[in-house]
Amino acid sequence: MAQLFKPYANVIARTSIVIGGMLPVIVGLAAAAYSRSPYNTKVEVPLNQPIPFSHQHHAYELGIDCRYCHTSVEKSGYAGLPPTETCMSCHSQIWTNSPLLEPVRKSYEDNTPIQWNKVNTLPSFVNFNHSIHIARGINCNQCHGPVNDMQITFKGHPFMMQWCLQCHRAPEKYLYKDPDSHSLREQVFNVYWKLQEKGVSGMTPREQHLVKGEEQEEDGAKDVAEGKALVKQYGVKVQQLADCSVCHY
Amino acid sequence: MAYQDIDKVPLIEGDQTFSSIDRIIADVPLQQKRHNKKSWLAPTGVAFIFVNILMVTVGWLLYQGIGIWGNNIPTAWAFDIVNFVWWIGIGHAGTLISAILLLMRQQWRNSINRFSEAMTIFAVMCAGMFPLLHTGRPWVAFYWLFPFPNILGIWPQFKSPLMWDVFAVSTYFTVSLVFWYIGLIPDFATLRDRATNVPAKYVYAFLSLGWRGSAKHWHRYEQAYLLLAGLSTPLVLSVHSIVSFDFAVSVIPGWNTSVFPPYFVAGAVYAGFAMVILLMIPVRKMYGLEEIVTMKHFDWMAKITLATGLIVAYGYSLEVFYGWYSGSKMEHSLLVWRMDFLHQPYSWAYWSLILCNVLIPQMFWSAKARQSWPCLIIVCVSVNIGMWLERFVIIPMSLMNTYLPSSNRMYYPTIWDFSMFFGTVGFFIFMMFLFIRFVPAINVFEIKDLLHKLHREKASKTEEAVATTGGKH
Repeated sequence: MAQLFKPYANVIARTSIVIGGMLPVIVGLAAAAYSRSPYNTKVEVPLNQPIPFSHQHHAYELGIDCRYCHTSVEKSGYAGLPPTETCMSCHSQIWTNSPLLEPVRKSYEDNTPIQWNKVNTLPSFVNFNHSIHIARGINCNQCHGPVNDMQITFKGHPFMMQWCLQCHRAPEKYLYKDPDSHSLREQVFNVYWKLQEKGVSGMTPREQHLVKGEEQEEDGAKDVAEGKALVKQYGVKVQQLADCSVCHY
Repeated sequence: MAYQDIDKVPLIEGDQTFSSIDRIIADVPLQQKRHNKKSWLAPTGVAFIFVNILMVTVGWLLYQGIGIWGNNIPTAWAFDIVNFVWWIGIGHAGTLISAILLLMRQQWRNSINRFSEAMTIFAVMCAGMFPLLHTGRPWVAFYWLFPFPNILGIWPQFKSPLMWDVFAVSTYFTVSLVFWYIGLIPDFATLRDRATNVPAKYVYAFLSLGWRGSAKHWHRYEQAYLLLAGLSTPLVLSVHSIVSFDFAVSVIPGWNTSVFPPYFVAGAVYAGFAMVILLMIPVRKMYGLEEIVTMKHFDWMAKITLATGLIVAYGYSLEVFYGWYSGSKMEHSLLVWRMDFLHQPYSWAYWSLILCNVLIPQMFWSAKARQSWPCLIIVCVSVNIGMWLERFVIIPMSLMNTYLPSSNRMYYPTIWDFSMFFGTVGFFIFMMFLFIRFVPAINVFEIKDLLHKLHREKASKTEEAVATTGGKH
């Protein structure tokens, strides 16, 4: 009987060793890249809505306070999504004939809520509470990204557990105190008034970071020292802040 | 069978040549028709029924959750972990035979190493199923068990032996599989050369990875095999030590005993050798391997079983001593819970364990018992039952006896606990019979090598005799 395999079988054998060795690594890296990519996380991917609502126009250009629509953000775990009546408080007076707003008027007439698409989702086994974060002076944009710049709203940050833990393990990097505000609650929203008054260039570097919703920079040694003092002052229990049961209960 | 002086029994019986060895061993997988009779079909068929029972159980488990088992607080670890430890232990004989006996140049290992290595691999497969299914959702177990930079930003607890267990078992499986396969390459080449069926020829040619038997090939082979033996040797000791840490580092009475690692390792080798003997007896008969696996092998394996059994018995006595000497009320109550056969519901498990693991194996002190098939079978079955009971006594029985007596609750296994266990037994036997059908169950070239050495020994002895008597040739 002739040879079972031709000499090129050796080449295949050797190549398969290389490929077989690399394949798990490549698959692993690809899975890691996919799970962190905007394709999966939807970060900075605008989500279509029944009405092209612009936060940039309402919150920044017109200067409407966040709490005008998200009424329960200071008091409840849930920030609150405005009912159609809130929209109609203005839009019964202005842009009353705009075709873009037709779904709003229809919702008002039919007494059926507008079906907004949810931008920021959390799994049901995670409990997130807006009120405590506001009460500690954590700015909206720090989690939600530059909302005041968004034409169509998108997710500012991936809301992965490792992202949450950055702050929950080292809150001193993120806590800050605005000298111009009377309370922590007030400072959360004061940033936006300052932005309107002075523009981005007129704000301190720290405030610029806040409104842009950027990650905290590592070099802020002074800020961290201040943050540590605030952690102490507010009685934030850092040793418990990253416990499983803080969010999973 | 008449009693033989074991020193006079050779390692290879009969008048063997290289080609007769090929005929005896290598033709078993090549002549497929030999298997199509009751002796192969019946056990494989029965085992396959149990494989199906296993699949039904696993399917129902995945659908319904692990609530179908009897596990419940305080007994969170029960049959699943008992079976895991039992199966991992069974595998240890294979590694000991293939690695440690190789490094010690014990030639008799050559007749049984392939078979017991296959046992190791299938036993570890069975073992691996239990912790994975114990999680209830094995498809996400990967990120619970393996440390990798995940999007949760958390790592498994590196200080926990459960974490080490993952590494121990996965390393054990990988090394055993590679070791087994490397040893098979020259034999696959033999099968390739002897096969007449063309598809079989291609399959064996593919599996033999282009082996041509050149001096370079053999040199590389010997180096690789020795290196792997070196790698496997610590595994014999480390894997079951780490399994025992799962218990020993905790504070549960009956678990936190420092004697656990050596005692578990000895127990593993004990159960493993008993299983090798038990499976080897029928297989050797069915395929006419009596001349390759001789009474000498059984006698020596029985001796190892006895020796490790004595270590295990010492472990039991230490457990009792430790419980008494600790002066701890909980340890005392555990001893009562295990041993008081008048009042405690599960004390029968403890006393059957002592009977199976300590008393019955003492038969092996007698050379006659070591050479009698009924005795070998009775002792090996009882050792395997005993080792299972040992884990039952240690794991769920310690958990039922908690620090807070108000939480004490009886554990009762459900039908699914049993179907899962017997399902894996069926899977194991099924895999073993497939192995015997398609792979040479005994190492062909090692036996040839052994035969060569035995012949040379004989020749040199004759020469010496001639030289001392001053004879000329």
